[in-house]
Amino acid sequence: MILASLVDLSRFQFALTAMYHWIFVPLTLGLGFIIAIMETYYVRTGKEFWKRTTKFWMNIFAVNFAIGIATGIILEFQFGTNWSNYSWFVGDIFGAPLAIEGILAFFLETTFFAVMFFGWNKVSKNAHLVSTWLVAIGTNLSALWILIANAWMQYPVGMTFNPDTARNEMVDFWAVTLSPVAINKYIHTTTNGYVLAAVVVIGISCWYLLWKREEEFARKSIRISAIFGLISLVVLIWSGDGSATHVAKKQPMKLAAMEGLYKSQVGTPIVAIGLLNPGKSIKDINENPAKYNSEDPFIFKISIPQGLSLLVDRKTNTFVPGIEDILNGGYTYLNKDGVEKIAPPVAERIIMGKASIEGLSLYQKARSAGDEEGKSLAYKQMMDNFDHFGYGYINKPEDVVPNVPLTFYSFHIMVILGGYFLLFFPLAIYMEKKAIIAKHRWFLNLAIISIPLVYICSQAGWIVAEVGRQPWTIQDLLPVGAAVSGINPGAVQSTIVIFFVLFTALLIAELGILFKVIKKGPGA
Amino acid sequence: MINVLQQYWWLIVSLLGAILVFLMYVQGGQSLLFGIVKDKEEKTLLVNALGHKWELTFTTLVTFGGAIFASFPLYYSTSFGGAYWLWMTILFLFVIQAVSYEFRNKAGNFLGAKTYESFLLLNGIFGTLLLGVAVGTFFTGGAFVMDKSSITNTIQPTISYWTNSWHGIEAVANPFNLLMGIVVFFAARTLGLLYVIMQIDSDTILSKAKTQIKITGPAFVLAFVALLAALFTMTGYHVNPENGFISPVKYKYFFNMTELIWPAVMLLAGVLLVLGGLANTIFGKGKRSFYITGAGVVLAVWSLLICAAFNNTAFYVSTINIQNSLTLQNSSSSEFTLKVMAYASLMIPFVLAYVIYVWRTMTKVKMSKEDLSAPDTHKY
Repeated sequence: MILASLVDLSRFQFALTAMYHWIFVPLTLGLGFIIAIMETYYVRTGKEFWKRTTKFWMNIFAVNFAIGIATGIILEFQFGTNWSNYSWFVGDIFGAPLAIEGILAFFLETTFFAVMFFGWNKVSKNAHLVSTWLVAIGTNLSALWILIANAWMQYPVGMTFNPDTARNEMVDFWAVTLSPVAINKYIHTTTNGYVLAAVVVIGISCWYLLWKREEEFARKSIRISAIFGLISLVVLIWSGDGSATHVAKKQPMKLAAMEGLYKSQVGTPIVAIGLLNPGKSIKDINENPAKYNSEDPFIFKISIPQGLSLLVDRKTNTFVPGIEDILNGGYTYLNKDGVEKIAPPVAERIIMGKASIEGLSLYQKARSAGDEEGKSLAYKQMMDNFDHFGYGYINKPEDVVPNVPLTFYSFHIMVILGGYFLLFFPLAIYMEKKAIIAKHRWFLNLAIISIPLVYICSQAGWIVAEVGRQPWTIQDLLPVGAAVSGINPGAVQSTIVIFFVLFTALLIAELGILFKVIKKGPGA
Repeated sequence: MINVLQQYWWLIVSLLGAILVFLMYVQGGQSLLFGIVKDKEEKTLLVNALGHKWELTFTTLVTFGGAIFASFPLYYSTSFGGAYWLWMTILFLFVIQAVSYEFRNKAGNFLGAKTYESFLLLNGIFGTLLLGVAVGTFFTGGAFVMDKSSITNTIQPTISYWTNSWHGIEAVANPFNLLMGIVVFFAARTLGLLYVIMQIDSDTILSKAKTQIKITGPAFVLAFVALLAALFTMTGYHVNPENGFISPVKYKYFFNMTELIWPAVMLLAGVLLVLGGLANTIFGKGKRSFYITGAGVVLAVWSLLICAAFNNTAFYVSTINIQNSLTLQNSSSSEFTLKVMAYASLMIPFVLAYVIYVWRTMTKVKMSKEDLSAPDTHKY
């Protein structure tokens, strides 16, 4: 793959480091609670079995936690190193959750992590148990703040633009923190972590059953995790539905890409499964319109009539705009204040965006010249067009379309695997309860295979969220091209290579250690 | 009001920076990995004694980053986005640390124990040195240009960029920065030795550490004195609070101390505590020296960082165009955000309280070789 521009390179680096980080974080989010539940059993029953079980999963947790920290520090600082314009343009809002995360969550995790691992002989049983719960809560609290920050990028609220400082400034902390998108994203992402951890615990436990080792340990681990996983999955799917509704309202282009929907209709169907036509490219829409129009979006698909309309607002006759509809405008939508509006074509939004940016420029010049009247005229020009500000940096309308195949396939893989786990957990619960799980080798193998599947599902979810919102770092306000640091592309190329080599080596090391720990087993 | 909040946040960020330097005793300890231990067992003891605390240092670094992003985003944007190689190198040095404790001693760790020990050593030496160099740039500045109105240029909207292709790594070639790096390295190593003396129950390690501290401690003090001499004779940049105009002032940092006085008192108290702690170890038993010297380091570093920005001083000078330099006024978050963050900062004493409580509980007794083989011990 040749990454031509600085923006592509910077995006690639962020994606690479974020995806590596997200290999480790979800397990930490869920395993923390599974361990805490196990230790609670230990403290309540006093049985050594539960202590041994807790400690085994704690070892897995520790190895995973360390590499999660290693890959995490890069993400925070990368906003500065590679997205410096972004850091100034919205740092007034975006920085706060990151700082609060440090103060309120990281210290909680770190401090009680030490007690959890080194405190068995130094504090009382109850104090140790509290520490274990605090680590689980701490990891989930840190996820809260970072997801608030992420949700704000997708749905910017609670701020105003200050032309004097040339940036967005926070005016309502609670609107940022409690935005419905943030709450939904938090629930969706953390429950994803719980489901992932549950599948990992079940998969590893099934490996023991396959080798006829540690039956009691494996079965009890499966019991706790399968119930925990199933409850989490139900919430996960419910929040996924909420997420789709939010995306439809706030990021219609993302939804269109998720569905490979180019031209829409009243009562929009949803694609259950489908194979996209690689010949259909939005780039051709102006460069080669004959080709563009002659290509069908799909080679094959199975759709559910009116499915997307139902998903979006529970009505069968809703019009969910497709990619072309959004580019051409003309459909009605509810704006931020809940007022019904007709969407302008993207080409027009680009013109209005440029007018808004020009207004800012005129404002700054008038301010330097001390021209009060000029200032207020320029301010009006900027604010009248401010909803389209970010479009002023866009070159051509089709640049606001994300990578459709990547978004479409990631979304569908995520949904299909989510459906699979909805069968997997009840089956695990049933078979464990009936004490037949160890006899069914096919299930044991399936559970082991489910480990990579759940990781694929989890990564796919982030690809939908992040690729689907391109080109925006801040929805409609700042595209990636205007957010990137002005550095030498060669420097970014070099750091990509270093990250790739380093993180891959560390991942191999982590897996190597985990395999050894698992092979050794909890009895050792 | 915003002026007060900007100063408040500079105080908080500087305090976090000062605490970070203190907590880098972990790095200082890592720099001793191939120095004061004679065999594998002793090495493991040293790694474990430090390993129980490494995350605290790491967390402080991350929180320092978050706090400076939230309170002075233009610094975050300009320095991190411009001095790319300096910060990336520091980050890589911390990434390799984060896995090394947990992975070093484990079967199947792919790279082998020696590699992870080298990672700890690299982090211990160069992590401290380069962070010190980065701190030095608060006084020496960087080769950037910054113009907020660039955002209105739709073709090239970058508001700040570095003017050379070294992207910040050239900071190590500046003698003052390098001296700051050396001071931070020696501070960390001195504190690492004091921690070892306080916390490790091994006569052989203790005697070696006591010999080492007689060299490292005075080296730290000498380097620090040299740093103060350089700092107080160098030119700083004054910001006119009325119009933001920036102009050079000879002996600016010396005047900051004498005009404000209280940072000078902090610095003096810090130096006395550092000396007291060292003397206590070199000439006495030195039981509490780690805390005494540590408190001194916090006070001294805090005072220097305050001196970098208070009294109308530009804290990140553009060496290309001094009018582009960053000041508390032009680089901070809005009044609203600083206020929200100020409320959040009220949690800091609570956080400090539980950190200290847990620290005390976990470090009540010294760590010995026997502790490492005790049942229920998580061994690094």
